[in-house]
Amino acid sequence: MKRVRVIPALLIHKQGLVKSVRFKDYRYVGDPINAVRIFNEKEVDELAIIDIDATRENRPPNIARIAEIVSEAFMPIAYGGGIINADQVRDILSVGVEKIILNRAAVKNPELVTEIARQFGSQSVVVSIDYKKNFFGKPVVYVENGKTSTGLNPILFAKQMEEAGAGEILLNSIERDGGFEGYDLEMIEKVAHAVNIPMIAIGGAASLSDFKRAVQYGASAVSAGSFFVFQRPHRAVLISYPSQQDLEKYVYDWL
Amino acid sequence: MITIVDYGVGNLFSIKNMLKKAGFDAKLASDAASIETADKIILPGIGAFDHCMTQFNRSGLREVVTRKVIDDKTPLLGICVGLQMLMESSEEGSEQGLGWISGKTVKFVKEKIGDLKVPHMGWTNVRIEKESALTSDLDLQPRFYFVHSYHVVPEDKSDEILSAHYGYDFTAAVGRKNIFGAQFHPEKSHRFGMKLLENFARI
Repeated sequence: MKRVRVIPALLIHKQGLVKSVRFKDYRYVGDPINAVRIFNEKEVDELAIIDIDATRENRPPNIARIAEIVSEAFMPIAYGGGIINADQVRDILSVGVEKIILNRAAVKNPELVTEIARQFGSQSVVVSIDYKKNFFGKPVVYVENGKTSTGLNPILFAKQMEEAGAGEILLNSIERDGGFEGYDLEMIEKVAHAVNIPMIAIGGAASLSDFKRAVQYGASAVSAGSFFVFQRPHRAVLISYPSQQDLEKYVYDWL
Repeated sequence: MITIVDYGVGNLFSIKNMLKKAGFDAKLASDAASIETADKIILPGIGAFDHCMTQFNRSGLREVVTRKVIDDKTPLLGICVGLQMLMESSEEGSEQGLGWISGKTVKFVKEKIGDLKVPHMGWTNVRIEKESALTSDLDLQPRFYFVHSYHVVPEDKSDEILSAHYGYDFTAAVGRKNIFGAQFHPEKSHRFGMKLLENFARI
């Protein structure tokens, strides 16, 4: 049976776990270590952990804190936030993280992607492409938690990152973040066709059939935030992860 | 004690951490003296094959590991590129492998995997090809986390203890006497990986 990775994405803000809507309105949802412990018990495929303060505060990744979180994780971990050089990557990987996620650094310094791929292998570099549509309806890449426009086209930027040595693209729709309205399938399809490296879709997942659809449109793996930490309709905080039976039945069945 | 060879490559901390969860102490060793006293050896490896071989050769640890494994029959488990290092050669590089398992490491054959992307990255079920102490009492549907573009092809089919499917069947783990190797990452494979490491610790 073929499987696709289903990856909860956890945002860290002021030491706590938070969840946003459209990269804003951050709501506290719990303690990160506790959350990782729960996801561990639920045998999640992989986790993405993003410190959303580091880049904005111009501070380096908090290695001790990452180590503390990762020591509870017995699955692959990707970490993002505040990374600007390869030495930091070495430190992060040495505490038990598999992959690092770049956002602003990849835009400002594409050579860093190449350098990390050369030193640690391209499988260790994920580039998060956060995008939203501008006034004219054109998709544009944003950095710094969706605050700063780069003017770049997400599809061309994805190609550029592949050439630079990225191992994966995390395609992140700012407009769909936290909205429970499904993935941006149109953009998933375009980016998946443009690159040969795996692309992880994030932004908007509301159901297992959304995961399946994203994969049908070309995503190699699927990720979500709110889907795993809120229970609808009232967005009560409840950490969950689909059972193997449900994944087999609703996500893998056609693969 | 279980000793993880620290030659500057690989996710040593995670392996130690998973063994600890399984109830076994392990130490990282970057000098010959600490390997000398090992009763189990884990050889990690990640990234490019040549880089791993070169680092291992330069570390000054190859001699003592070889003596322990070949003369003393100390059980050894290679993980990921650590498995590929056990073979004679790899298509990925020009360095020679250790040659403790006959056969070579090859790239996933593009014509045979079609649209599938390389590296093979993610969770994949494995099938038991041959009974082995390493894989006893695994879950009924064991699955492990893989990240690799190359896989091993043992010359002697009876060295293959686990197989997996990615476009075609490939060797996921080997076992020959006291020498074992896994292509996947047991240290990042939840209870499935924990069980496998526990099995290794109990050999």
